[in-house]
Amino acid sequence: MKTKAVNEVTLEFPSQSRNESFARSAAACFAAQMDPTLNELEDIKTAVSEAVTNAIVHAYPDSIGKVRLKIRACPGNVLELIIKDHGRGIPDVDKARQPMYTTGGQERSGMGFTIMESFMDKVLVRSTVGRGTTVILKKKLASRVQASK
Amino acid sequence: MEIRSKSADRNLLLELCGELDHHGARSALRELEMALDAALPRKLVLDLENITFMDSSGIALILRAQQRMQLLDGSLLVRNIPPQARRVLDAAGVSRLVTIK
Repeated sequence: MKTKAVNEVTLEFPSQSRNESFARSAAACFAAQMDPTLNELEDIKTAVSEAVTNAIVHAYPDSIGKVRLKIRACPGNVLELIIKDHGRGIPDVDKARQPMYTTGGQERSGMGFTIMESFMDKVLVRSTVGRGTTVILKKKLASRVQASK
Repeated sequence: MEIRSKSADRNLLLELCGELDHHGARSALRELEMALDAALPRKLVLDLENITFMDSSGIALILRAQQRMQLLDGSLLVRNIPPQARRVLDAAGVSRLVTIK
């Protein structure tokens, strides 16, 4: 069941690589209101960068499509990031999530999902071939006030 | 993304500056290949001190550098890694594959 967000924002942008930096910065700016630690902000930026790059590289390999980033502040200081595309989809999600697996050639390391999993509490992937992919990232933030207690 | 290159006596130092993401890594990979082709170094040092952000695109670049240096029968050292980039490398287990200082 979808958790009701305390606050949320949705951004949509074309799958141009210059928007990778914009997307992760926007996510970090929004998350700042949840009083995260510096490490948490870096984790968020890194995970968003991986998910958005996947959409740009793999969902639309030969064209420019739309990427939607929804950022939600949920109860319990949980940040939820939803990265959605309407690209070609992933035929085998389990395989795609394996470390070092990539169809992106020498430019890619195949470590994107491993890093998302390492930096977030939860990574959910839903994909339909020919329809697109949705990646949901969740992370509970220990606010700096709580962390210092 | 900018790369400053210093080469002497078949030692090549590449200082990477800026955001090493997929967008930045494309040109960085090209520059890396060109610098390696020009210098054919025995030792390559990648200095990451001025990297302000790095994701798995940086891993691809480092692994490519490692591969090229193995073909040249040379060595690679990655040094001055900022904390955020270090956590990315550690999460991917790259420190087991590459010499890091």
